[in-house]
Amino acid sequence: MRHYARPETLAGAMALMADRPRKVMAGGTDLYPGSGAQLDGDVLDVSAIPALAGIVHSDKGLRIGACTTWTQIAQSSLPPALLALQQASLQVGGRQIQNAGTIGGNLCNASPAADGVPPLLILDAEVELTSPRGVRQVALDQFLRGPRQTDRAADEVLTAVVLPDHALTGRSAFIKLGARAYLVISIAMVAARITVAEGRIVTAALAIGACSATALRLHRVESALVGASPKDAAAQIRSADVASHLSPIDDIRASAEYRVEAATHLLQRAVAEVLA
Amino acid sequence: MIRFTLNGRTVTATAAPTARLTEVLREGLGAKGTKVGCDAGDCGACTVLMNGNQVCACLIPAARADGCTFETIESDSADLDKLRDSFLRHGAAQCGICTPGMLMAGVDLLRRNPHPTEDEAKDALGGVLCRCTGYRKIISAICNTALDSVVGQGVGAAVARVDGAAKVAGDSFGDDEAPDGALVVRAVRSPHAHAAFAFGDLAAFAARPGVALILTAKDVPGRNAFGVIPAFADQPAIAESPARFRGECVAVVAFEPGTEPDLAEFPVSWSPLSAVISPAQAETEAMLVHADRPANRLIEGRVIKGDSTTAFANAAHIVAGSMETAFVEHAYIEPEAGSAWMEGDTLCIRACTQAPVMDRDDTALILALPPERVRMIPSAVGGGFGSKLDVSLQPLIGLVTLRTGRPCRMTYSRAESMASTTKRHPAEMQGRIGCDSTGRIVAVEFEGRFNTGAYSSWGPTVANRVPVHVTGPYLTPHVTARARAVHTHGPVSGAFRGFGVPQAALWQETLYDELAEKAGLDRLEFRHLNALRDGDASATGQTLKAVGIAACLAALRPHWQRALADCTPGRGVGIASCWYGCGNTSLPNPSTIRIGLSRQGQVVLHQGAIDIGQGSNTVISQIASEALGLPLSQFVLIGPDTALTPDAGKTSASRQTFVTGRAAKAAAEALRSQILRLANAGPSASLTMEGPRLTVAEGAVRRIIDLSALPPDGHGYALTAEETYDPPTSKLDANGQGSPYALYGYGAQMVELSVDSDLATVRLLKITAAHDVGRAINPQLATGQIEGGIAQGIGLALMEEYLPGRTENLHDYLIPTFGDVPPIESLLIEVPDPEGPYGAKGLGEHVLIPTAPAILNGIRHATGAKLTRVPALPHRIMTAIKARP
Repeated sequence: MRHYARPETLAGAMALMADRPRKVMAGGTDLYPGSGAQLDGDVLDVSAIPALAGIVHSDKGLRIGACTTWTQIAQSSLPPALLALQQASLQVGGRQIQNAGTIGGNLCNASPAADGVPPLLILDAEVELTSPRGVRQVALDQFLRGPRQTDRAADEVLTAVVLPDHALTGRSAFIKLGARAYLVISIAMVAARITVAEGRIVTAALAIGACSATALRLHRVESALVGASPKDAAAQIRSADVASHLSPIDDIRASAEYRVEAATHLLQRAVAEVLA
Repeated sequence: MIRFTLNGRTVTATAAPTARLTEVLREGLGAKGTKVGCDAGDCGACTVLMNGNQVCACLIPAARADGCTFETIESDSADLDKLRDSFLRHGAAQCGICTPGMLMAGVDLLRRNPHPTEDEAKDALGGVLCRCTGYRKIISAICNTALDSVVGQGVGAAVARVDGAAKVAGDSFGDDEAPDGALVVRAVRSPHAHAAFAFGDLAAFAARPGVALILTAKDVPGRNAFGVIPAFADQPAIAESPARFRGECVAVVAFEPGTEPDLAEFPVSWSPLSAVISPAQAETEAMLVHADRPANRLIEGRVIKGDSTTAFANAAHIVAGSMETAFVEHAYIEPEAGSAWMEGDTLCIRACTQAPVMDRDDTALILALPPERVRMIPSAVGGGFGSKLDVSLQPLIGLVTLRTGRPCRMTYSRAESMASTTKRHPAEMQGRIGCDSTGRIVAVEFEGRFNTGAYSSWGPTVANRVPVHVTGPYLTPHVTARARAVHTHGPVSGAFRGFGVPQAALWQETLYDELAEKAGLDRLEFRHLNALRDGDASATGQTLKAVGIAACLAALRPHWQRALADCTPGRGVGIASCWYGCGNTSLPNPSTIRIGLSRQGQVVLHQGAIDIGQGSNTVISQIASEALGLPLSQFVLIGPDTALTPDAGKTSASRQTFVTGRAAKAAAEALRSQILRLANAGPSASLTMEGPRLTVAEGAVRRIIDLSALPPDGHGYALTAEETYDPPTSKLDANGQGSPYALYGYGAQMVELSVDSDLATVRLLKITAAHDVGRAINPQLATGQIEGGIAQGIGLALMEEYLPGRTENLHDYLIPTFGDVPPIESLLIEVPDPEGPYGAKGLGEHVLIPTAPAILNGIRHATGAKLTRVPALPHRIMTAIKARP
């Protein structure tokens, strides 16, 4: 049997979830591929809920509604720390996908190659999950459990991505590597955010996707960067440090060995771009 | 009930809330201009504007459309019309299946940015895939770059394609027309490479609501085997156990219209069997894919000329090497689709195809009908590239309609299209090439093993074509070349633009670079030195004429020298040549064209050659117009349709411009002769036609023929001519000696690229392509073929690898996108062949052959890395860089 609902309030959505858990649809760009003429099961379409839309600054930090599309992110006026996220927004599928696909859907789909994840990891992003039982906030790296696995309970809706104020500093960059120019599913992708004060790197946040079960932060590489001068930064990114974080696989897109090697170069380039 | 605004009008539709918007538009509202290529947001063919923004309609739930504003290709907005016109003038539409999506994405861009740069155009349209054009003419159309003005309409004029208006309006493809009440047909397919299967309670499934009919192999009334080469026909329309490849059809179910076709509980049980996957395994293992083909060998083709062993013993320089290629998927944007119905006793089948007469004959055999009771009405074809030469759904829908008497329709899903239809043969090739101390090639030895998959398809053609062409267009006195097609439980390998020659060119052209180096010669000059000339004998001993390869290489020379001078570290230049025999290899290959002069004063061209986007509708018309002496604008095209058009053969082997062009020229000349006889005029007379008044003018003498006063002939015309042309070829003997083709085309391409030294990624900077087309009947269509072939060559070289069960979609199977095809400069070389119409040679396949080896040669020039396997994905290039001597 199939049921479809498109509530216009979050309370309405929660009432439906309280009735029984359902498949949540935001942009639909990950749900339709592989499905038949229509979607199976009970579908909760959250795209008409105002509380899930828009980007606002609150006391908790920057709050990006889960149904914010990639195009909306790309076209918003945002701090330079979010440049990586905006660059990624323009590389999620083609413009058709960017106009429909959402940041919340990208996270819940939990692909190891999700374009949104590395740029959010470097912003210490947390996700807000709302259920009939209440609201909770979980760090993104805890939310992502593995390929296609998240911490979201069946009755929860990811309602927002929250970026804490402390992470909105510095500048960032995103680089995606694939075997063709557009519509790329990554071989590897990296995001870097760096703050510099008095000629030294004060904070460094680096993340990489498609090189492990979930995208992740590279804390050992980040540590090596802190305190370095910008002109020495690239040299501080050592392949051994990078490799120590990664568990890449051989697949149709690249070998594991290549991924580790490429990751180091991509990180060096992203850092150089940030510091340029 | 949903209500929305569609192209300025309020419309209502009834649809399930999560039905795809494509379904609502196409089936609910009959707006079939929006095309479906993948149902996954991977191809962009279904791009529409939703509240002014481009989206994939296949990903929009019907419920969400409520209250929104949509624009589709059916819109008559002024800016869309202007862009349509630009597409026509720039030749930006070939097959037309991606065109609606391109146009809508283009309108979205131009409203935001009326004067986009090339990069802005690519970014905005990057979500739409095109498999035909190579994107360059689309970019030109979007940016509305200046064009040379078109002079005249005859041979040599770059007229816009005659079927172009339909392409930019949303043409009618296989899925776009079906009779009312058509049953919906679905196939049950093997999920395994090799598996026994048994059916459960079929009667119970057949009794379910909505199920109209189930068909299995035992329901096939005639010969349950088809194949493009009759002697090898071995592929069942519906397989008996065991299934021999993943995707093979084992049962067919017809559903009542309006019900949801659901095969999830179809009663079939599978017992997977061990499978022969690699050709090496196939040749040694006891298991046979077909019991009557020992060692799983389908066939071996060979060419043996002179004494290569002795020649190598005396050679000054010898290079040896191997090359390996993957399954390559055609990835046309239109999945197979069609419909069937009865008209009296005649079974009518409307479907996308490259070969309507072969389809008719194979389908008739399978259905135990005489061929004249089967009528094939080809739809517009949304790309073919060889795969739509083989029948796919024609016998299945034919059988449903024959059994039920009811109309039916069938459309393959993207995954089904990729899994069940043919592929380019994976090749494992090795051998050596030698030259003398001056750099003249003395001998080639080649051995190729081609994975032909589960059934024969075009395997014999590949095995025969490769040895004939494996020298490349170079004079080679001593040749020993063998190619064998080997069965596995893999996808059926068939025809794909070049029939194995592109794979072999990867082997030979990369080795020629090494040989040039050993001989101390520039790579272009080495090729020019060895280029075949008029009067030279080919590997098969055929004396060649109108050989254009030296002219192509000479045309590239200034570009080559400039490119070499431009090289900096990390940059490289590669070159490769091609030649290709047009038409069947040593087999009859006729085309027939009929032209009528109607009593109302129209030239009616019965044109049975399928235009799959390459432009035969236009080129054949231009040839006929030139030969007849009446303008293109007075021509009316009929067909293709097996009931209305004589057999113009299949669209393959780069034969239509040549073979059907010759038939058209002959028919037009015959018609002209009839007219001149009636007017008692000489051959130099000129014709003009105004309504039924045909004026024949010779000097000051004018004679008027009133066509309406002539009695209608057997075709209902005032005058009719029908002529056939069959290219003169000869059989190859046991050593592959003879004249397999009446005509060859030639070409050479040069690739400039850079390789990222850290990431081993390749960036193509420019491709310069010189092709000897004999005579460019339509230069814009010719360069369109060049650009599209190059795009597929880029895919072959750098990204395309079909893996059964793993890449059955258009996001894991990568084809080039807008950003992957660099600027292309085409140099049209015209060395007229006396056999071709107005000297014209074939081009469609030639253009793909040099690209991939030129890219590999460029990578080696840039980095020293020697690739022996394609696609050259970044990790493979990096491995090759590390393996440098």
